[in-house]
Amino acid sequence: MNVLVSPVILLGAIGAVSAVLLSITARFFKVHEDPRIDSIAEMLPGANCGGCGYPGCRGLAEALAKGADKKDISALKCPPGGNDTMNKIAAYLGMTAAQTEPTIAVLRCYGTLSAAPSKYRFDGPKSCAVENMLFSGESGCGYGCVGNGDCAAACTFGAITLSPVTGLPEVDPLKCTSCGKCVTACPRNLFEIRTRGKKDRRVWISCRNTEKGGFARKNCASACIGCGACVKACPEQFSAITMQNNLAYIDSIKCKRCGKCISVCPTHAVKATFEPPKKEENL
Amino acid sequence: MSTDILHRTQYTFSIGGIHPRANKLTAGSPIRKAKLPPNVTIFLSQHLGAPAVCLVEKGQKVKTGTLIAKPQSFISAGIHSSVSGVVEKIEAMYDPCGYKRPAVIIRVEGDEWEESIDRSPDLIWKTGMSGPELVSRISDSGVVGLGGACFPTNVKYILPKGKTADTLIINGVECEPYLTSDHRLMLEKADEILIGIEILKTALSVRSAVIGIEANKPDAAELLSIKAADYPGTEVKLLKVQYPQGAEKQLIQALVQREVPSGKLPIDAGCVVDNIGTAFAVYEAVQKNKPLFERVVTVTGPNVAAPGNFLVRIGTPVRSILEECGGIPDNTAKIINGGPMMGKTLVNTEVPVTKGTSGILLLPEESACRKTEQNCIRCGRCVNVCPMGLTPFHLDVLSRHTRIDELETGGVLDCIECGNCSYVCPSSRSLLDYIRLGKMKTAHAVRERNKK
Repeated sequence: MNVLVSPVILLGAIGAVSAVLLSITARFFKVHEDPRIDSIAEMLPGANCGGCGYPGCRGLAEALAKGADKKDISALKCPPGGNDTMNKIAAYLGMTAAQTEPTIAVLRCYGTLSAAPSKYRFDGPKSCAVENMLFSGESGCGYGCVGNGDCAAACTFGAITLSPVTGLPEVDPLKCTSCGKCVTACPRNLFEIRTRGKKDRRVWISCRNTEKGGFARKNCASACIGCGACVKACPEQFSAITMQNNLAYIDSIKCKRCGKCISVCPTHAVKATFEPPKKEENL
Repeated sequence: MSTDILHRTQYTFSIGGIHPRANKLTAGSPIRKAKLPPNVTIFLSQHLGAPAVCLVEKGQKVKTGTLIAKPQSFISAGIHSSVSGVVEKIEAMYDPCGYKRPAVIIRVEGDEWEESIDRSPDLIWKTGMSGPELVSRISDSGVVGLGGACFPTNVKYILPKGKTADTLIINGVECEPYLTSDHRLMLEKADEILIGIEILKTALSVRSAVIGIEANKPDAAELLSIKAADYPGTEVKLLKVQYPQGAEKQLIQALVQREVPSGKLPIDAGCVVDNIGTAFAVYEAVQKNKPLFERVVTVTGPNVAAPGNFLVRIGTPVRSILEECGGIPDNTAKIINGGPMMGKTLVNTEVPVTKGTSGILLLPEESACRKTEQNCIRCGRCVNVCPMGLTPFHLDVLSRHTRIDELETGGVLDCIECGNCSYVCPSSRSLLDYIRLGKMKTAHAVRERNKK
């Protein structure tokens, strides 16, 4: 019996002293955290995509709580959550959130396998960044899509897939949250975050090359040749299209999606979606 | 006269290094003049630094050796016409990577040289010019480092404040397999090269120069060391065959046993390094008043019908030289600009020869194409062969995940892109590709940080 008594007493004593010490430490060194941060973080999507510019959803939650203290959260937004999420959080904080138009990532290249056929084969690693550093790409166009799928790998939401038919990445409008990861992943800056448009209707120039027409056409049949037909076709009251360095650009806010530019483009570089995305039946 | 150079101790650098098969197929073929093409394409940026500013207009007549573009900043070099004829257009053309760069296209008419160029084959020994005069003459002649990096030569001879040089190092190593242009030049133009070295010594105001030659070129080493006996202060050292001995930092270590600190230049170790080809170009620029508009190019490959060394005018399309060698063999998979280790594949054969083209290598599929990439097995071979003492397998992973801070502490900026790691990797990983990408991103990040 004696053998047991002393260790039990000793351990019990150590436990008691530690408990007292711990409770004192817990009281005096307590880190006070704003309880709102946890609640806000719960309201956010939790994808940690970084689209807001903060490191993960909790980063934005902290910024929102801080912003609420300063009575200004207008600069903060959650691209994947959209207005719904922001309204919910703003209501919780007793403020109003700035309303933003829903956006989507759009690929500005239409150098498909048939329009811009490969001139040689790159046998290095399957990475756009590496190929872009070494060569102008298999099609020979130094501006267009390299087609190794850095964007698809970077997309947190699985919204980008490389199409085996066109060889280009395709953005799934249902999954895209316009977090902007693809914009930074693309070494040629081909993705642009544009407004989704009413009923998912949007018009954009699907090309980024700034070469003169003849040269551009050598590599790609759907290159923008800078002819300016779209600029002329755009109704005066909108004047949404500008031409710079042999390349047209459509302002997504000014554009009213009349579609007049689409038919006049000789190389079909003006691309448009006029159909809202179809939801799959089981969704 | 004989020399004991072949029996002296051979030096080499201390860490890493590999021994790829030399394949110097063209070591025995004398330098031939390549025929003039109907058109030449001369890029305005054939050197490191700012592109040159075009001085000619469309339709203007130029002679061989006419200055057609002048340097626009401190690190830049002039460009001279390599042919006589009429400027056809000034336009952006595809460079060997497939990107467009501004170029001058000249239609060749005859071959009329500028009167100021001395075309006689006589050797001229005396210069009678002072150091700064020599540097400005080198600068006017558009001489750049002909080893491949194309760094404007004159810039190396204007020493930064507070730095002094005591040794000039001449790179006759030619450690890249297949290439023989420097080897042939040493055999055929030994006197000119040695006078060129004297000029560079005067420009740098140093007494000693060391020429490093690898042991697989005993004939060149013997010839140069016999002739160098007449030039006090110039000595030839034989080096053990090992790649990448021709890299600046490795060569300095092999020849004078000094280490260039990380992130520093050879001048910090008291050395200036120049290539054999550059020494020859300097001789021609100073003594013959001939600007750099032609260079020796090795055209080679295991299946090429008539490989050889050619004296090619800058701007000649690669296709035209290949025709002289019996065309492109059927099983050619890649046409490489430079050697097999550091060269880059050409996107087409219309691209012209530039000041940096040391060779054109035609490789068949079995030796040129990469194998499928597999997982790293942590064997550490890349670490063993890295001449800079880096850990390529680790830098590769860091680069794939864009971990800039760790890349920087891992010394990615010290990578000399020799390709040893990719060469030995048993899993055929694209180590160098990703390390180069990481190096580029890290260098960018460092520049951005220094701006602030």
